[in-house]
Amino acid sequence: MELFSNANDFLLWTRGDAFNIAIGLFIIGILIRLLEIFLLGRKQDFSEPRGSEWGPGLKNIITRSVVDNGTFKRAPFVVVVGYIWHICFFIILLFFVPHIELIHAMLGLKWPGLGSQFIDASAVIAMVALLAMLWHRLTHPVLKFLSTFEDYLVWLVTFLPLLTGYIAFHRMIDPYPLALGLHILSVELLLIVFPFTKLMHAITLFIARWYTGAMMGRKGIES
Amino acid sequence: MNKQTLFELLQQQGVSRRGFLKYCTALTSLMALPASMISTVAQALESARRPSVIWLSFQECTGCAESLLRSHSPTVEGLIFDHISLDYQHTLQAAAGEAAEHAREQAMKENYGNYLVVVDGSIPLADPGYSTIAGMSNLDMLNDTVAGAAAVIAVGTCSAYGGLPHAAPNPTGAVSVSSLIKDKPVINVPGCPPIPTVITGVLAHYLTFGSIPELDRLGRPKVFYGQSIHDRCYRRPFYDKGLFAETFDDEGAKKGWCLYRLGCKGPMTYNACATLKWNQQTSWPVESGHGCLGCSEPDFWDAGSFYKALSIPDGDYARAAGYAVASGVVLGAAAGFANQKTKSAAVSQHTKVSVDDFSLNQKDTNK
Repeated sequence: MELFSNANDFLLWTRGDAFNIAIGLFIIGILIRLLEIFLLGRKQDFSEPRGSEWGPGLKNIITRSVVDNGTFKRAPFVVVVGYIWHICFFIILLFFVPHIELIHAMLGLKWPGLGSQFIDASAVIAMVALLAMLWHRLTHPVLKFLSTFEDYLVWLVTFLPLLTGYIAFHRMIDPYPLALGLHILSVELLLIVFPFTKLMHAITLFIARWYTGAMMGRKGIES
Repeated sequence: MNKQTLFELLQQQGVSRRGFLKYCTALTSLMALPASMISTVAQALESARRPSVIWLSFQECTGCAESLLRSHSPTVEGLIFDHISLDYQHTLQAAAGEAAEHAREQAMKENYGNYLVVVDGSIPLADPGYSTIAGMSNLDMLNDTVAGAAAVIAVGTCSAYGGLPHAAPNPTGAVSVSSLIKDKPVINVPGCPPIPTVITGVLAHYLTFGSIPELDRLGRPKVFYGQSIHDRCYRRPFYDKGLFAETFDDEGAKKGWCLYRLGCKGPMTYNACATLKWNQQTSWPVESGHGCLGCSEPDFWDAGSFYKALSIPDGDYARAAGYAVASGVVLGAAAGFANQKTKSAAVSQHTKVSVDDFSLNQKDTNK
């Protein structure tokens, strides 16, 4: 029996049942990971606080985005390409109108989008950056030694939405519903893998940075 | 077949040779053929005999026939349509009852192996009684009529893919022509309704070449269904610039910006509306301010809301997310408490070690 009678059925499935499964696993996974972290708790700190926690914590979330000199000197390639990749990725994710429509439908928030040429250029740069990162991982002896299956899996599920999105946008696979369906499916794969891998850093970074800043603030140290 | 050629018939209708050649040029261009083919098309049409056409209407709304017949008149396309030998069409024919059925049988007998069958409407398989003509089920009439046909043209989305009757839950068990007819060429001309020029264009192709045009994977002539609405849409530059109408009466809508956000299905729809247009090339849905519904695509009735952008999930994701939050909290709390238990068990099992516990014996420490 054929799974899908035509490409439109496939697209509908990716927009329907498959999306429900993916968003469900994504939410369950994230809640498990976060609750595990928060329920671990900390021992009560009986020392007299020298400063506040919230302000320095929030400030640290932002200030830690600026790379420190030591890190840059040690790994300039990772810093520069990493920044380029993340900026381009967020341009595509947040300023491509079909993506804004998705966010609007789900969260009720909306903002103006960017023209196709910016999205298109960002997609190409982001893909080149990811390929460069993979090349770096495969050629750097220490990095290669430290890399596990998870690192390559994470790379793949991040790269696929970009590649399929580019293909769908340029209609390089015929018919279009198949191309768009493959793009949505690749994002669903990313959503499912996200909570259980290093991709979770996109959320935990806020907790980690806040905590570092808050601890420093409590001790009266400028972070 | 009628003994008169098409050109003779057109001359009788007062169509000049210039008019005829103009039509041939338009037709050649319409079929995406090189200009050098104009004379071939003209010669073929000049000498073409009228093929017998039997038009079967099953579970349909007559919109497809209306689209073609009420399009406008008199045009050369209209005249050509008038002058194929339409031997059976129960909406149009004067004969009724047995006389009508007799006309069908007669046309089949006289032109066996050469006539064209045009079908509009889907065929119900759940119960033959859902749609009958002269006491004959649609399925029987289709099989009976197609047996001696040269080719079948499925006009409209219902006969091409099942269309509206096929929409969930499909109470009549409606199916398309191509799912039943496997031993004859079936040309799908979908649309709800299809563009009149496309219907006549397919007939003209058959008249010119005596063969069916090149079809895509959904059985549609590539020449008309080869490009998406989105790719040929005059509003496409606005899509590329990121300029979108957000409601049907906002500034963007008035300026003719892209209708993607209002649910336009142009990107996934393959049809010729953007180039051929409707009503004597007056306008077409997107030009009149409404997004494309995707009516020439299979299952367009069940493809989610007409007013939801293509990138938006179509299922009940809020419910899925609700269940996920509930189960995530339970599972996360369970994992968290299990971790705490492990931690406190480790603390309670922890035995304090003092320096006296270390043996000074080298052998023991090496264990």
